[in-house]
Amino acid sequence: MRLAFREAMMGFQRAPLLSALSIITIGFSLFAFGLFGLVALNIRNAVQQVEERVEIRAFLTDGTPVEAAAAAVGDVSGFPEVLKAEFVSKEQALVLAKRELKEFREEFDASVLPASIDVRLKDGYRDPRTVAAVAARLRAYPFVDEVRYGDDWVEKVYRLRNIATVAGIALGLAFAAVSVIIIGATIRMTVLSRAREIAIMRMVGATDSFVRSPFLIEGFTKGILGGLMALFLTWAAHQIISSQLIETQFFDPKLSMLGVAAGALIGALGSALSVGRHLRDV
Amino acid sequence: MSEAKAPGIIRFSGVTKEYPRTGTALAGVSLEIAKGEFVFLTGPSGSGKSTLLKMIYLEERPSHGDVKVSGVLASSARGGDVATLRRKLGIVFQDFRLLEDRTAEQNVSFALEVIGTPRTAIGPKVARALAQVGLASKAASLPRELSGGEQQRVAIARALVNDPFVLIADEPTGNLDERATRGIFQLLREINGAGTAVVMATHDLELIRRSGLRTIELNRGQMVFDSAAEARPAEDNA
Ligand SMILES: Nc1ncnc2c1ncn2[C@@H]1O[C@H](COP(=O)(O)OP(=O)(O)O)[C@@H](O)[C@H]1O
Ligand SMILES: [Mg+2]
Repeated sequence: MRLAFREAMMGFQRAPLLSALSIITIGFSLFAFGLFGLVALNIRNAVQQVEERVEIRAFLTDGTPVEAAAAAVGDVSGFPEVLKAEFVSKEQALVLAKRELKEFREEFDASVLPASIDVRLKDGYRDPRTVAAVAARLRAYPFVDEVRYGDDWVEKVYRLRNIATVAGIALGLAFAAVSVIIIGATIRMTVLSRAREIAIMRMVGATDSFVRSPFLIEGFTKGILGGLMALFLTWAAHQIISSQLIETQFFDPKLSMLGVAAGALIGALGSALSVGRHLRDV
Repeated sequence: MSEAKAPGIIRFSGVTKEYPRTGTALAGVSLEIAKGEFVFLTGPSGSGKSTLLKMIYLEERPSHGDVKVSGVLASSARGGDVATLRRKLGIVFQDFRLLEDRTAEQNVSFALEVIGTPRTAIGPKVARALAQVGLASKAASLPRELSGGEQQRVAIARALVNDPFVLIADEPTGNLDERATRGIFQLLREINGAGTAVVMATHDLELIRRSGLRTIELNRGQMVFDSAAEARPAEDNA
């Protein structure tokens, strides 16, 4: 094993440029995964936060009797999807608006804002379709003027997340394929430069797995180095985005380790795929 | 085969080898080599000597017929069997096949390192093998610092270091001058004297004639002469 490890290290020395290239492509492959993974993770977090706040607001026509509104609140509270329904009078709406939009405090007066019924949905019923269904039922009340909710922007965020995921996987796979090809080329070079040594190993009865192991170790090591590089790049990107744009969340340590392990897997797989083929030519 | 001689450690039964492009390299070769025997293999260039030797160390497999070496059948041997068998064989070539960036000693120890011999066992074995070939004093020399004959001795030491039951030598003196040739042949005789079988391919008819050892001659892949069969014609049809 020690001998195999020494041989693996010598492989780096024999082809430093190709070795560096292998590490870099593995790094970029996982960086692509990482970056889009980060986007997907943060969109998911954002969507979750938004979902928790999803409110449907049914604005009431002016002059709606309070009793009618109260009866409607009772009704709506009974919907299976609904967590809480609440009547908000014109006055309350004004107070809320003033609190939320301090800059425009002077612009509001009681006549601007309509009264409304604010509805919060139960967890698990906050997807775009259910929201739309509940909104439609609210709209059926004659005194409901207009219903507002997350509209379809929640759906847009979902779609964005899917696009990010697909793009990340596609780009990551492309880089992974390139790194497998480069690892193959590196191994081909190493096998050729060590042809005599390998032939002697076989002549004296070294097992196939022994002859292979330095190449697998070499690929594995490159994969780990590429994985660490990707982890660093992703982390750096995360830092920049967090400080310049918006606060984002990074992968937890377990997921980070999984990324590095994926690098090791790409490296070892790339080696395993080509080493047998090239060794046959010796 | 019913003879009262030592049991065969190498047996070819009707072995034919066809290469994809060049055609038949061996045609219906049957032979048996006994434990501790010395056998010359001769014949013109391209007659199939190297191919026959490759069959012994399972570098090539027969197209027809079968080869049995130390209980291993070529027709059913797997990768692991080949590796195990080769640990019990010594192989040397005309071109020595040494690693240029390693000393004589390192070249010999390499053969043990790559088959997982324990570190502590390697030193003494290597020293013994180098002494056996008369190169104890050149252990630290690189191949380029050695003469052709000495380089071949390093290769022989490497072949011997794991105590093989047979030494396979493919024209081991082909690159050597007269004096070095005699030295290497003498060494092979000594190795054979210690109980190791030797199968040596050579063009050197003079060497063969003087030695009086068993000789097998090939021509265009056919076995055209076997001095052992000549002495015991009955075995010819065995
Ligand atoms: N690997 C190979 N592929 C194709 N033909 C081969 C190969 N090795 C040997 N031959 C052919 O087989 C024949 C015997 O070759 P070889 O055994 O090397 O003869 P020798 O060692 O007696 O000179 C030759 O015609 C040679 O061209
Ligand atoms: Mg030959």
